Amino acid sequence: MSGIEWIAPALKAARPKAMAALLRYFRDLDTAEEAFQEACLRALAHWPRQGPPRDTAAWLILVGRNAGVDALRRRRRDAPLPDEAALSEVGADRDDAEADLAERLDASHYRDDILRLLFVCCHPDLPRTGQIALALRVVSGVPTARIARAFLVSEAAMEQRLTRAKARVARAAVPFEAPGGPEREARLAAVAAMLYLVFNEGYSAAFDAAGDRSPLCDEAIRLARLLLRLFPAEPEILGLTALMLLQHARAAARFDPHGAAILLEAQDRTRWDRALIGEGLALLDKAMRHNRAGPYQIQAAVAALHARAARADATDWAQIDHLYATLERMQPSPVVTLNRAVAVSKARGPIEGPAEALALIAPLEAALSAYFYFHGARGAFLKALGRRAEARVAFDRAIALAGSAAEAAFIRAQLDALAEGEAGADRANA
Amino acid sequence: MLYAILCYHDEAAVCAWSREQDEAVMARLGAVQERLAADGTLGPVVRLMPTTAATTLRKDVEPPLVIDGPFAETKEQLLGFYLVEVAGLEAALAIARALGAANPGGAYELRPVGHFHPGALPERRPASEAS
Repeated sequence: MSGIEWIAPALKAARPKAMAALLRYFRDLDTAEEAFQEACLRALAHWPRQGPPRDTAAWLILVGRNAGVDALRRRRRDAPLPDEAALSEVGADRDDAEADLAERLDASHYRDDILRLLFVCCHPDLPRTGQIALALRVVSGVPTARIARAFLVSEAAMEQRLTRAKARVARAAVPFEAPGGPEREARLAAVAAMLYLVFNEGYSAAFDAAGDRSPLCDEAIRLARLLLRLFPAEPEILGLTALMLLQHARAAARFDPHGAAILLEAQDRTRWDRALIGEGLALLDKAMRHNRAGPYQIQAAVAALHARAARADATDWAQIDHLYATLERMQPSPVVTLNRAVAVSKARGPIEGPAEALALIAPLEAALSAYFYFHGARGAFLKALGRRAEARVAFDRAIALAGSAAEAAFIRAQLDALAEGEAGADRANA
Repeated sequence: MLYAILCYHDEAAVCAWSREQDEAVMARLGAVQERLAADGTLGPVVRLMPTTAATTLRKDVEPPLVIDGPFAETKEQLLGFYLVEVAGLEAALAIARALGAANPGGAYELRPVGHFHPGALPERRPASEAS
């Protein structure tokens, strides 16, 4: 990195820790954000000349805190300022002050501060998009305009949504004391779910939106690694990070040049990112040692089986069936059963498989009748069993429910294959 | 004299590089490495995965203790290393400076190597593991 290119990543890397500390100090998201913003501006002015400080986060916290206090003073001349004692501890010598502050930060459970910063974004009253947007804005510092683009709304609308979300979070008043064991575990679980939401928002984007949204996958992975550095022995956080790495590794192979989605089985596996796969497999190995299986680890194990298969037909579907059966027991859901049905259809014989899969998903019809993948999978099972008319009905329903042009195109290809098959059958009969 | 050049950097900052930035750094380092390989100076080059993928075995207790994460909690982490064959410290420092110009930030620790066995492993790059 030459010139001042290194500054942006350094600021980005320091942001969660600095924001967490500033939030603890100012107890208000907007004030903390403004203080951090001001510190970044000063960093841009000072760092190119002086070089990076030894501890970027500590520098930003110190400068941000002073800037924030000044701003508060200007705004409300007689309002009480937070914790004067903490400020006066800061010595005159900048380097000493940094080292000092960094030490105190480490000692004062900054892990819980960062966890808290992530946790306030997961308030259950916030809608899914509100959680994602808030995390991207507050924790990652993604500009509001870019978040708005990812969600296909105007910047003003996103600004308003963020303001409402922050107000909601402020009312919830998550306590600043270090949480007890069970509370910490609950926060970790909520944060993990939120990070996976961020990831999926990027991962589920169609090809045409992928440019705006695929950075969300990188961001979710970056935050998961951060969380893992803070809580290195949490098997589910290891599992979640592994899962995201293994899925994101396929990014380059998931769309054809025209933007149509390519099914896992048909992807060019030489285009999978081996570095991400290697890291994902290493994390999953570490998670398994704890013998505390959980839903993220199991889903990561499924992704790992796909990653390890050199060709689609070398996939260990029996093992995937087994893993989904475990997941079903742990976290019963129609979608998990649907996934298991797909594994069953491949793991058993060409007729027994689809037949058994069809029986498995029959009870799910009511729950998943509005779910694109349900009808797509059902159509595929029926097609494999030669029940063409029923397959066509299922594929038609899938197309009606397709969330993107790519999904619809994929099903249309299935319909075309059906039509060709029928034409072939007709010719054979003639 | 064989020297190890141990690469330390703030891992969080390296993880925050964009893909383009990462590739640009690797390309610049690659140019330096090519030059060193051409004059017979360069030994093994290793880039390590993030410390989140690390496991530590504490063997000063019985039985040895397996701990998730890197050995040391430091502000800058060991992210990779080079082995170079040089006349002495000044030459090793010159190489470290050239590498540092290609990849600023962090620090290199130059440590003379006491014992070296080249081992028997073939080269491994993430991109070539697909086969």
